Order: sequence, then C-alpha cells, then structure tokens
Amino acid sequence: MHVQPQSWQNVALALVPYELAGSGTPWVLATRKAAFKRFEAHGFPTKREEEWKYTDVSLISKRGTLAPDNIPPEASSEAKLFAWTLPSEGMHLMVFVNGHFDSGLSTIDDLPAGVQIGSLADMLDEGAELPKDLFKQQHEHTVFSALNNAFVTDGAVLNIAPGTVVDKPIYILFIASGHGTAIYPRMIVMAGAGAHATIIEHYMGTLDAHNFTNATTQINLGAGATIEHCKLTQEGPAAVHIAGVHAQQAEGSHFTSKSFVFGGRLVRNDITVSLNDPNCTCTLDGLYLLNDKQHVDHHTRIDHMAASCTSSEYYRGVLDGESRGVFNGKVIVHPGANKTDANQTNHNLLLSRQAEIDTKPQLEIFADDVKCTHGATVGQLSDESLFYLRSRGLDEVVARSMLIYGFANDIIRGVDVPYLRTRLEHLLLDRLPQGEMVKELL
Amino acid sequence: MLSIKNLHASIDGKEILRGIDLEVKAGEVHAIMGPNASGKTTLAQLLAGRAIYTVTAGIVQYLGRDLLSMTPEQRACEGVFLAFQYPVEIPGISNALFLKTALNAVRKYHLLPELDAMDFLSLVRERMKRVGMDDAMLLRAVNEGFSGGEKKRNEILQLSVLQPRLAILDETDSGLDIDALKLIADGINDMRDPARAIILVTHYQRLLDYVVPDFVHVLSQGRIVKSGGADLAKNLERHGYSWVDTDAIASLATQANQATQAPQAH
Repeated sequence: MHVQPQSWQNVALALVPYELAGSGTPWVLATRKAAFKRFEAHGFPTKREEEWKYTDVSLISKRGTLAPDNIPPEASSEAKLFAWTLPSEGMHLMVFVNGHFDSGLSTIDDLPAGVQIGSLADMLDEGAELPKDLFKQQHEHTVFSALNNAFVTDGAVLNIAPGTVVDKPIYILFIASGHGTAIYPRMIVMAGAGAHATIIEHYMGTLDAHNFTNATTQINLGAGATIEHCKLTQEGPAAVHIAGVHAQQAEGSHFTSKSFVFGGRLVRNDITVSLNDPNCTCTLDGLYLLNDKQHVDHHTRIDHMAASCTSSEYYRGVLDGESRGVFNGKVIVHPGANKTDANQTNHNLLLSRQAEIDTKPQLEIFADDVKCTHGATVGQLSDESLFYLRSRGLDEVVARSMLIYGFANDIIRGVDVPYLRTRLEHLLLDRLPQGEMVKELL
Repeated sequence: MLSIKNLHASIDGKEILRGIDLEVKAGEVHAIMGPNASGKTTLAQLLAGRAIYTVTAGIVQYLGRDLLSMTPEQRACEGVFLAFQYPVEIPGISNALFLKTALNAVRKYHLLPELDAMDFLSLVRERMKRVGMDDAMLLRAVNEGFSGGEKKRNEILQLSVLQPRLAILDETDSGLDIDALKLIADGINDMRDPARAIILVTHYQRLLDYVVPDFVHVLSQGRIVKSGGADLAKNLERHGYSWVDTDAIASLATQANQATQAPQAH
C-alpha cells in the first residue's frame, strides 16, 4: 500500500456510493463499495510503477475531493448550441453535462429496430439487468478503472441486437464546466453477432473548466460484429482526463479505435483489446497534437489470444511548446495465437526544443509463425520538404503549417464520418499558424 | 534574363561551384551537362534558393535583380521554377491542394484574384491531359507512392500550371523509359516560349534528342569548361566526359587571360 496524501482520503468518500445512481439496487451498491476498497488499497499510481513511469498523476491527488457532483449544472449556451447542431448532421446524440445525462439536449428517440440506447444511471436506479454483467466486470488495467466503478455518475448503455446495422453514428458528447468537478462516465457497449455501429465519444471542456474526468468504456463485440469507436479529447486547458477503452472481440469481429487528443492539461488513455477468437481484426489509430505544458499519454495493449488475428496500430503526434507525449504500445501474442499478424507504428514530430516524447513498443511473443513489426520515429520538419513547398511559392509559415497538417492529416483522413473528419481538420488547422489559409483551400 | 558571374558556392566548407559564368536570355533553351559530382544539382538548387549552400563569391542577376537576396518563395513568385531531381513526397497533402496553394500564392503575389475551385480544376485537368496524367492523381498525396516516371511528370505538371519565366529542370530525364521520356520532352517543348528561358540540367544526351537546346555547357568540377551549340552534346555522347576534361585543362590555361568564357554565342 502506498502512502496517500490526506486531502482526498477522508471517511466521507466511502459513503459517496450511497448517494449515487443505483444506491437502492444491492448489486450496484456492492459493486461500488468493493471497487472503492480496491482503489483505496492501491491508491494513486506513482512513477515507480512501470505503467506510470512517465506520467505523474499527483495533480489529481492534490484535488480537494474526488467525489462527483450530484447535481449537474446548466449547460452553457455555447455547449447547447453545439449540441443542437449535431442531430442535423445525421447523428443519434446523447449529451452529458458534467457527467449527467441531459435528455433535453439528446435525440435518441428515432432508433432503428434492434438498437437500445439509454442512460446508465436510469438503468442502475431501476436495477435493470442489461448493464449488470459489464458493470460488475473488473476491467482493471489501471486503478482508475476501480475509481470509475466506485463513483460512476452516469453514462451510455448501448445494446445492438445481432445482425443490426446502426445507420447513423452514435455521438456521445460530454460537456464539462466549472471548478473542481469530478466526472465519472461509463460507456457499456454490447454488439451482437454481425452488428455494425460507429460510436463517437467527444469530451469537450470550457476554457475555465478544472474538471477531473475519469471515464471507462467497455465494448463487447459478438462474432462478426464491426464497431468503430472514435474518441475526441478536447478538454479545457486545465482539465485532467484519465480514461480506459476496453474491447473484447469474438470470432471474426472487427474493431477500430481512433483516439484524437487536442486538449487537456493531463490526458491518459489506456486502450486495451483482447482478440479472444480466431480471424478478428483490430485497428488502433491515434493523433495527439500538444502545446504549452500539456501531457498526453497513450498506453495501448493488444492481447492476441487466438490464432489468425490481425492487429495494426498507427499513432502520430505533433508536440510543440513544453509539451510531453508518451506512447506505449504493448502487443502480447499468447501461446496458441499462431499466424498472428501485428504491426505498430508511432511517428512523432517535435516542433520545439522543449517538447519531449517517450515512445516504447513492447512485443511479447509466445506463439509460432507470427508476423510482428514495430517502428517508431521522432523527428522535425524536413528541410527538404520545406524547401520543396517554398520553391513553389508558399511562404515559410504556410509551408510549415502545411507540412504539419499533412503529417497529422494522415490519421484524420482515415475517419469515415464526414462530419467528424471535417471537424478534426478544422481543429487541427485552428492550431496552426495561418491555418485559415489552408482551410480556405480545402 | 539570368546572368551568373563568377559564382562560387560551398557546402559544409567544401567548395562545389568554383566560378560559374552563364548568360541566359528569354526564349533560349540551355543544357548544362556534366558528370556526377560536377556541381549540376548544386547550381540548380542554389538558383531556386536552397539554403544549405553558402555563396562565397559572385553575383546572380535575374531580370536585373539580385536573385541571391530573395527567399525561395520570392524567387518562385517572380517566376523561377526548379523541377527537382528527386521530387519530395508530402504525405497527407493532396496534389490538388498543393497545386492550388502554389498557384494562388503566385497569383496573390502579383495581386491577381485567386482561382476558385472550379476554375482551378478546369485549368489543371487540361494541363494533366497534356502530360498524360490521370485525374485520380489529383487526389493522391503529393508524390507519395508515385513511380519515378509519375514523379517527374508531376514536376512537369507543376511547371505547366505555374508557367514560370525561368524553368530549371534538374535531371528530369533520369530514370525514365523511352515513352515516358518522350512525354516529358513534349511537356518541355510545350513550354518553349519567346518570353521564357529553360535550363536543362542533365547527365545524358538523350533528352536533348527530343528537346533540342540552343546552347550546351559542360560543367566539370564546379566550372563551365566548355560551351557550344547542340552538336556539343553529340560529341559528348560519342567521346564521353573525359574528352572535355582533357580539352578543358588546355582551355583553362588560356582562359586565365580571357575576360569571358570562350564560345558564348551572344
């Protein structure tokens, strides 16, 4: 057990589960209490732990309290405006304000047959069976999952019947505002055999938000199911965001995860995939665009449990200012997972001398006849490429922005939802000097 | 149009150009030939503004202005174009976006209205047809995954869209099969114009069978050691570069007393 700072560890925290959703449902309360005990026993991770070597979370333990707000604030008008524009883009929309479902801003009534979407808090209060198994499951790759399980405020539960194709993307928008807010969202996705869906998780914070968001997303894919999960972390500059995305894949299923991080003071995404049956594919892509003193850490882990699965991973980062990036990609090929094909790439562009990236591939292979590759690069903008663009009349600032845009766009262009792709392009260009010039040309 | 006098340049302290003199007038096509490491690419890139070379002596005037004091983008906007020996791959930027940005940068510089998407597309499609490029190339990232021939054709496309006044083509013929070479040559001949000068930098004579130059210069060890008409290239092919090198030693000895290089036709 680690020594913990006293600030967060007060007796009252143990009582929080009694005030949260599902306090009247015995299995919910029991799950929360057990999870809090596990968190308490371990405490916050320290840099002495291999998985947290480069990421210091002491910022969180210095907070006044870890307890979530029970009463959600009114969504800001800016956030409301944003939420109102989304349904017209052809999305099923769920909006959460500081972690609480806002049915007024959401549009989930027009669902195709075989699709069930609901608020987790409502289901926990009703003692519904639907989320029970996954809610109780201990996906504890990191101790923050236990913390999430103890304090989860609300979230989305998505159940897709076998063979159902969800026509429009499901957009889950989290809006954070205010000081000292702790937000614990939980997404539970169950995709039946052959089901198809695209899910977008978007975390948006106001400039003055000092939220601590600790999210967990669980995705179970039935045989032959196809799920694309896009996550956009666009928290405010003072926010802390720690999250896990955990996928379990049955035979012949296809899972794609795309993680885009543009905002947040401290961001950590743990993305784990377990390929449990043969002939699955999984693709993990990501892009982080950092500035100032931002710290963004991606830890991915792919477990090849069965034969003939393919995993590919492609992450890119652009680091400016005094920012720090961490990429750790672990691939474990378990005994019997023969004919595994796994490849991993991480390219980083450092735009300032003070920026830093720690990138580490980790391959552990316990099977035969496997094909595993990995590659990581850290570099600066190429002089030759800059000269090429300038020799065609582009001034240096535009040429630099264009090269950064091209580098980052390599990941963005893989996004299938046109609305999201355009939004990401614009977020990227907004960050680049004279980016508006490139924007006009698109 | 272009006047180079006693140009010396070095990279990392190593002198590569050792006194280049060259006069190029509008409407002329000049070929600069020479063996490997003679300084051909250095000269071409230096004229376009590559900063890795240090000019240690000499002047370069372009349309009466000091070319060396201009940034690469200024030179481009003033009408200097370099077709690269090794065109650079720019992942994530489509050929269309690149061409449009370049064209509009040049137009903006000359206070011309920028072309909108429709006008741009009709212009570029017409030019692509001329260099035998498929429309699909517009959507692909600049030079990424292009074959050697496609990269060179893409340079000619840029040349044809940007319509520079001084075009410098650095080994645009290298690595091409005969059909591709003819296409490229057609593209270059298409650009011949009384108002435009073209400098072909090449190791081999074969491009000059299709694009007949007005003047041929032989570059060796950073100096132009021989100049002449199109027939000079034929002699080079027959006898190889060793022929000019021996010749050059003799001519250099007498050159010391001469103010200008031997046979400059004007």
